[in-house]
Amino acid sequence: MTWLAWRQFRAQSIAATATLGALAIVLAATGPHLASLYSSAGLTDCHANCGALAGAFIGQVQHGYSEKVYYLGIALMCLTPAVIGIFWGAPLIAREFEEGTHRLAWNQSVTRTRWAVVKLGLVGLAAIATAGLLSLMVNWWARPIDKAIGYGNSSSPAEFSRITPVIFDGRGVAPLGYAAFAFALGVTAGVVLRRTIPAMAVTLVVFAAVQVFVPTVIRPNIFTPDRLTVPITATTTGLDFRGTRAGLTVVGDYSKPGAWILSDQTITPAGHAFAMPHPPQACLGTGSLQSCFSWLASRHLRQLVTYQPASRFWPLQWTEMAIYLVLAAGLGVICLWQVRRRQVVS
Amino acid sequence: MIWLTWRQLRSQAIVAAAALATMAVVLAVTGADLATQYRTSGLDACTANCAAQASNFFAGIKGGATELIFYIGIFLLYATPALIGMFWGAPLVSRELEAGTFRLAWSQSVTRTRWLAIKLGLGALGAMAAAGLLSLMISLWSEPLYHAAQKAGGNNVLSISRFSPPLFGANGIVPIGYAAFAFALGVTVGLLVRRMLPAMAITLVIFAAVQLLMIGVVRPHLIPPSTTTVPLSAVSMNGEGESNNGQLFLAVATVNSMADAWIVSARPVNSAGQPATTVPPACMQTPGVNTFTQCLGSHGVSIQVRYQPLSRYWALQWLETAAYLILTGGLGALCYWRIRRLA
Amino acid sequence: MTAVIDARGLGKKYRRRWALSDCTLSIPAGRVAGLVGPNGAGKTTLISLATGMLAPTTGTVTVLGEQPASSPAQLAKVGYVAQDTPTYASLSVEDHLRFGAHLNPGWDARLARKRVEQLALDPTKKAGKLSGGQRAQLALTLAIAKRPELLILDEPIASLDPLARREFLQILMESTAEHELSVVMSSHLVADLERVCDYLIVLVDSRVRVDGDVDSLLASHHLLTGPRRDTATLPASQQLITESHTDRQSTFLVRSTEPILDPAWSVAGVDLEDLVLAYMSGASARSQVRQPASAAAQVNR
Repeated sequence: MTWLAWRQFRAQSIAATATLGALAIVLAATGPHLASLYSSAGLTDCHANCGALAGAFIGQVQHGYSEKVYYLGIALMCLTPAVIGIFWGAPLIAREFEEGTHRLAWNQSVTRTRWAVVKLGLVGLAAIATAGLLSLMVNWWARPIDKAIGYGNSSSPAEFSRITPVIFDGRGVAPLGYAAFAFALGVTAGVVLRRTIPAMAVTLVVFAAVQVFVPTVIRPNIFTPDRLTVPITATTTGLDFRGTRAGLTVVGDYSKPGAWILSDQTITPAGHAFAMPHPPQACLGTGSLQSCFSWLASRHLRQLVTYQPASRFWPLQWTEMAIYLVLAAGLGVICLWQVRRRQVVS
Repeated sequence: MIWLTWRQLRSQAIVAAAALATMAVVLAVTGADLATQYRTSGLDACTANCAAQASNFFAGIKGGATELIFYIGIFLLYATPALIGMFWGAPLVSRELEAGTFRLAWSQSVTRTRWLAIKLGLGALGAMAAAGLLSLMISLWSEPLYHAAQKAGGNNVLSISRFSPPLFGANGIVPIGYAAFAFALGVTVGLLVRRMLPAMAITLVIFAAVQLLMIGVVRPHLIPPSTTTVPLSAVSMNGEGESNNGQLFLAVATVNSMADAWIVSARPVNSAGQPATTVPPACMQTPGVNTFTQCLGSHGVSIQVRYQPLSRYWALQWLETAAYLILTGGLGALCYWRIRRLA
Repeated sequence: MTAVIDARGLGKKYRRRWALSDCTLSIPAGRVAGLVGPNGAGKTTLISLATGMLAPTTGTVTVLGEQPASSPAQLAKVGYVAQDTPTYASLSVEDHLRFGAHLNPGWDARLARKRVEQLALDPTKKAGKLSGGQRAQLALTLAIAKRPELLILDEPIASLDPLARREFLQILMESTAEHELSVVMSSHLVADLERVCDYLIVLVDSRVRVDGDVDSLLASHHLLTGPRRDTATLPASQQLITESHTDRQSTFLVRSTEPILDPAWSVAGVDLEDLVLAYMSGASARSQVRQPASAAAQVNR
């Protein structure tokens, strides 16, 4: 049975190996250059206040092909689980139903359940292994960039720190969970719908929806976010003006390198969100900024930032991987149950 | 033949229509809101020096649902041609070849070439229409964002520019070209490979590769970029300094007077117009970024900017669409030739 | 009379194997021709070449005087039901009729509808849900309702039960008589062909072994039984097809246009099934048996 599952999976495994191999070559060719940029920027020896050096390094990266490889890595990490779900998961059982070969397979001396378990298990493990290898390679390559961003600097946008949504999806161990889940989703869709193309489409849509839902709704609340309160005085006010429908607010300076900022509000001494219905002219850009700042400072405002610090990266990774693996296992059980009771006539 | 094509593509057309309709509803609901925000931020009325109002506007959007929808829209505009290629194009012929129904189809009183021509033609038209509608909806919805970015000069938090490489392909008419090309690519690959699932995978890979090539290599040169030289004071930098062996590196972020142009490249050059790769000895070890910049400037270092001005935006859009449509035509000819020889 | 299928030295090679070699045939019009042979003999290849699904490696084939699938007009004259009677699983019976109507200028809608009613097919049922026999009947309807001059069927009844087979052949015969069709039908069930065919082509190991009118073939083949004899002692006018020997007796199947006068032999006729089986089994040791000139003269009446 294992041989059969492997033999049916052979073409896809060759494709996956070829892709990983090609990527490995690209990364191996460009990795040393990136590492040398990192060390020549002085970052390997830097232990404190590395922000400026990091900024210089990032600036250099942004103007070479390293930046393109970086984005390629991100794109691959985001797409790979979906592709696994569509091309490995959906056709796994749906194809057999469509071609009628399930009647051949289910008539051999293995029970349906064993047949399904071996197929799911073998290809599922392959999916996880592929995602794991991919993640390993991309993470190894991008380490210099991740570290530099982690040092924090005004020119490197905090959006790209590895705990922020899109990058998070492509780092650490979470991709293994995504791949397992997408695969299981694909197989389940195939078993329920029994036709390959609809199963592929449904898998794609559902997986995309989940991948949008989790970072926006679930992930911020897995661990209670930290809060930081920064009083706004005449000296701490930065040039960052923020507008709401009710008027003008202002944010102060804070520094949380490598963190994932969830929300950022200016609050009054009473604790309400600060809204200024009638800002003075000075703050609307037609007067001197200094008078604006003095006026603001007189209001005794505070800035409230909720965030997930960079140190939570690994706990979040493990938790999210666990969640997705549990979901995948649940879907696997549903598949097996469906395979057992399916009365498939055609 | 037209009826047959419609009948066979019917379910895909329904799915596409449903998706477009859902998108339309979401965009309509949030678009009104966005337009209101645009007006109340004062950007509507502002004609010059709108940086403050623009900051207000963007800060109000950042981190909210609007930003999410914007990114989803961009993602959809890139994903839709790929999905069209995979799910409409690749199975078109390969499915019939795999199932043997081509023997039924090709023994009716239409020649193979006519059969293919009508399926390919109608399918491509459908793909272009779907992509065109999607692009129209999303472009209309994003108007306030792009206007705000323009009025803000170079200084907006979301760094949205219609012209920037990632966003160029998610605007205007190029998605129509992408969709037609992806569809034709899918049909061609399906015809050559003759099996549906490999055809879908190969179509995806080739399409992605072509897109990357276009963005990285071809697009900057569709119209030869204009060149100009600006002093160091006219740019804002992402980082500058010297490396251990005296090499100058200088990363330009934005060019002040060219906020709405597309900067293809911006490199330091010396007074002779040659690329400036080394730091002038007098400027080495200068403390402070500002004095370093001044020192470089006084030694004749300036920035040579190759760019596409905003006025070329639509010309580039038309050129890129035309390029993809020409590729589509080529693929169609390849299919035509191949299906006659298919034995 | 023109030939409906005229092949000269036709051959098709796949990679390293010749699926059909050196095929020269001339099937006259107005016949129901049976194409017989074991599995893998090249029947489907020959039919695919005749319907334009494949292109020949060597030789030529013309169907109704033109190259196969060369123009819509030529396609309209040939009806084809492929092996496994392919139909679109997600299209209903009604849709299939519409499919035929849209793609064939000569479509006879009344005939199609009448047949569907006769067959008691539910027009709204999807073809994927029909039984094998119903699908075969649907495919035949599509082929007949376009009013072709020639109907080519590739093992259409292979997967049908005996009753369905008989019905299929019956309807085929009625249509042939009614619409003056020529039919070329391949099968490996000779007993069925015996009922309907009046022209026979035997294909074994990618070569044509014999082809001709069934009547004249049966008349010219004789089963000779007699005392044990060596093959070489047979007269030249008698072509040996098969031989079998016991200790004291020899049995030969020969082809001869002259009467057999040797009193040592007891002569018997053969039926079609024996004839075909003889060619299929005796073929491996021999090359293609060509039609004797006199038999050809008989055929081209």
